[in-house]
Amino acid sequence: MAAGAGWRMGAGERGRRGAETLFRGLLFCVLGCGFCWGNSVERKIYIPLNKTAPCVRLLNATHQIGCQSSMNGDTGVIHVVEKAQDLKWVLTDGPHPPYMVLLDGELFTRELMLQLKGSSRISGLAVAISKPSPAQGFSPGLKCPNDGFGVYSNDYGPQYAHCNWTAWNPLGNGLAYEDFNFPIFLLEDANETQVIKQCYQDHNLPQNGSVPEYPLCAMQLFAHMHAVTNTVTCMRRSSLQTAFSLNPEEVCDALSDYNVWSTLKPINTSSKINPLDEVIIVATRIDSHSFFWNVAPGAESAVASFVTHLAAAEALHKVPDVQMLPRNIMFTFFQGETFDYIGSSRMVYDMKMDKFPIRLDNIHSFLELSQVALRNSSVLWVHTDPVSRRNDSIQPQVETLVEALINSSVGANVTLQEVGQSQPLPPSSFQRFLRAKSIPGVVLADHRTSFQNRYYQSMYDTAENILMKYPEGLSPEETLDYVTDTAKSLAEVATVVARALYQLAGGTGNTSAIQADPRTVSRMLYGFLIKTNNSWFQSIIKQDLKGLLGDELPQHYIAVTTLVNTTQLVQYVLANLTGTVVNFTKEECLNPEKTPNPEKEMYVYTWVQGSRDPNSTSRVPFCVQSTVHLTKAASPAFELKQWGSTEYSTWTESRWKDIRARIFLIASKELEDMVQLPFLLDLMLQPTVFTLAGTTDSALPSLQEDEACWRIPLFQASLL
Amino acid sequence: MTLAVFFGCSFIAFGPALGLCLFSVVREPLRVIILVAGKAIEGLVALSEDGCSPISIQQMAYVAGLGFGLMSGAFSMINLLADALGPGTVGIHGDSQLYFLTSAFMTMVMIFLHTFWGILFFHGCETQRWWEMVAVIFTHLIVSGLGSRVRQAPSQDPEGPSGALSLSCSLPALPALWCCQLGPTVAFSAISFLFSVIGGPPFVPAGGRCPGAPAARE
Repeated sequence: MAAGAGWRMGAGERGRRGAETLFRGLLFCVLGCGFCWGNSVERKIYIPLNKTAPCVRLLNATHQIGCQSSMNGDTGVIHVVEKAQDLKWVLTDGPHPPYMVLLDGELFTRELMLQLKGSSRISGLAVAISKPSPAQGFSPGLKCPNDGFGVYSNDYGPQYAHCNWTAWNPLGNGLAYEDFNFPIFLLEDANETQVIKQCYQDHNLPQNGSVPEYPLCAMQLFAHMHAVTNTVTCMRRSSLQTAFSLNPEEVCDALSDYNVWSTLKPINTSSKINPLDEVIIVATRIDSHSFFWNVAPGAESAVASFVTHLAAAEALHKVPDVQMLPRNIMFTFFQGETFDYIGSSRMVYDMKMDKFPIRLDNIHSFLELSQVALRNSSVLWVHTDPVSRRNDSIQPQVETLVEALINSSVGANVTLQEVGQSQPLPPSSFQRFLRAKSIPGVVLADHRTSFQNRYYQSMYDTAENILMKYPEGLSPEETLDYVTDTAKSLAEVATVVARALYQLAGGTGNTSAIQADPRTVSRMLYGFLIKTNNSWFQSIIKQDLKGLLGDELPQHYIAVTTLVNTTQLVQYVLANLTGTVVNFTKEECLNPEKTPNPEKEMYVYTWVQGSRDPNSTSRVPFCVQSTVHLTKAASPAFELKQWGSTEYSTWTESRWKDIRARIFLIASKELEDMVQLPFLLDLMLQPTVFTLAGTTDSALPSLQEDEACWRIPLFQASLL
Repeated sequence: MTLAVFFGCSFIAFGPALGLCLFSVVREPLRVIILVAGKAIEGLVALSEDGCSPISIQQMAYVAGLGFGLMSGAFSMINLLADALGPGTVGIHGDSQLYFLTSAFMTMVMIFLHTFWGILFFHGCETQRWWEMVAVIFTHLIVSGLGSRVRQAPSQDPEGPSGALSLSCSLPALPALWCCQLGPTVAFSAISFLFSVIGGPPFVPAGGRCPGAPAARE
């Protein structure tokens, strides 16, 4: 009996446990259901904005710049500002603050932004990109770029410091260097902008002068930044987290990437070159910036320059006797120059600390290509440093340099002219080298005093800005091969540079055969400004790097992840243009040290996937032997942990978790309160109903006794 | 929409049902078990000392129905309540502003409907009136069908289910949800309530112990 009772107890116990598990499972499912994304109710409420770019927070040694939103996003009633008078509604008249302003690109000016910055009635801003670009020009950069990190200071050419002599970027309004406490997003797609404007017109427009009624169309922007104050603070907090926490939550990252460099004659990078060897350095920058994160087309400020540089390198490598030239030439592509010369300051530091194969004493001269695409009546200006030219040993070398350039321009459609001898250098990587040692050098640019580029470091510095025009109706392949006028113009500059370099390196032959190929220039311009996913780029990259090429417009921001697309593409293009194809197998190419050969230490071998045959679908890969190397482009301030340094760049980018934007309708407070009414009624009714139910039962005493025990015949029978 | 709507809608949907729970179920732990587990009669009989169930079949039907109703209500409301916490309200694609309120009422009615269905179905099983069971299943299907058809009703949501029949409403002033889904559901609920009352009141005064019945033991 006892055992039987125990068995029955066990069954009941098991039944109860089963029920409990079932209940827990159901509860989990119910809760899980509540948090699934993209459910149909959410789709009824929100319209997500997908083609947007945020404004993020960047920090340097002393300041924070950029934008910040609240932890759970900022919400505001949408108001479209298409002319300046519309702003009055937002700042004073509108009855439903805070407002989320949708601004036309033309009105995105410093005056308007400072008005918004001072108001507490603004919860955020969405800027619709202006097509075509604003006619008066737009540059969110500084009037004096990289001031304080170049060569001119109170100790060196004080009359040239802080752009006293000439403001290089007069259109610069400095917006990108302001600190905003509300989120600002860029609306890149005109269709999305139209959806928002339609929602505004349907719900937010005041009817006949009366106040717009609920429900109102609103927008929510999420862009919460984790870093605050300056680099010193955020790096200190990050290092404390890394040192003491099991799950470190870093708040910012230094802007860093890699510089790409290559030499005309191969050198052994594991040791230093002979102190008596002389090297001519050719330099360009490969990055740009704008107000918004990862929007940096940089056509005139970076792409045209490094494309010209690559074309000149290709032209030089084709000359038969370059390996016998007395001096070597180093083609250098600096990353991060937009942010206080990250790349060039690091290379100078490495040269000083003997961490680079070439020392500062090896540098014979320096040639930099600044912005060269917008030449006015084919004039190319030659800028030099007036302070170092006062030195009697530097001056003649500079003159030789300029003379070589002028000689090379004979016969080409390029007129080289020197700017006034008392004019300082424009912002350039050469200034960082001059800080370390007086070197003869020139900077080539299409502007004499202030920039020709009216969209310097802005989202409008695109292919249209450098006048790249393609005829209608071309397929992508045809567009890749079409030679634009811009390409021809840059090819001429590249020809002049290549010829001058040949002479400076000690070449004695005839230079008229040295020609840059306009077709290569055009293909590079297409690849770096319009679409990276083209057949030429596909044929020159490694096999496992499919994610490198995309179909959207290429951007050239340094970012915090290592090896951005631009750096890798420049590396592969340089290897393709200056390297040679060698007959190695894949194993030999990927592991050159396995077959020892003293020559192999001087070169870098890359296994590229090759072009696709028109008839077949497979590619024919091959091995490229080149002298292209990468060196770290991270500011020495982070190596030395001098986060408050004024000597080196200290730019960092904040971290964030969630960046998105969406629009929806918001209801009035009255409707929300109305929802409480049925609940309150129910609250009052329930006690009444159940009290009545209780009294009814007690009025039937006869039922109580009869219903005291309920026999369920069916189940009882089964137990017996 | 905010906390106000979140609490308002959740109390509209679950308030009456939780009130029923509070007044008629929570006091008796056995009823709580049936509420959660649905059916545990063997275990209960095993636990009892004299082999007779301390709970009547009508009470069990009522409590089980209420439990199912609460579960179904939870499944349908939780999604909505999670979105109700956000800043937006339904309407940007043209749906009615009263969507949350309507859904809350709908859920409340569905919970009651489940309770009454439970009572009717148990009664039909016990007294072998097959038409009661068929009626319950039939109304179940109709209400589910109404729900899915109204979800396909005209709304400008581009990602929603496409190619649906548009329901025309005889009372155009009210939103489609009210007269085409909520209305019939309330009607079924009222009819089921009446029938379940015929089946016997499920309410039991507190107490009601099972007296010892020797015949049941051996």
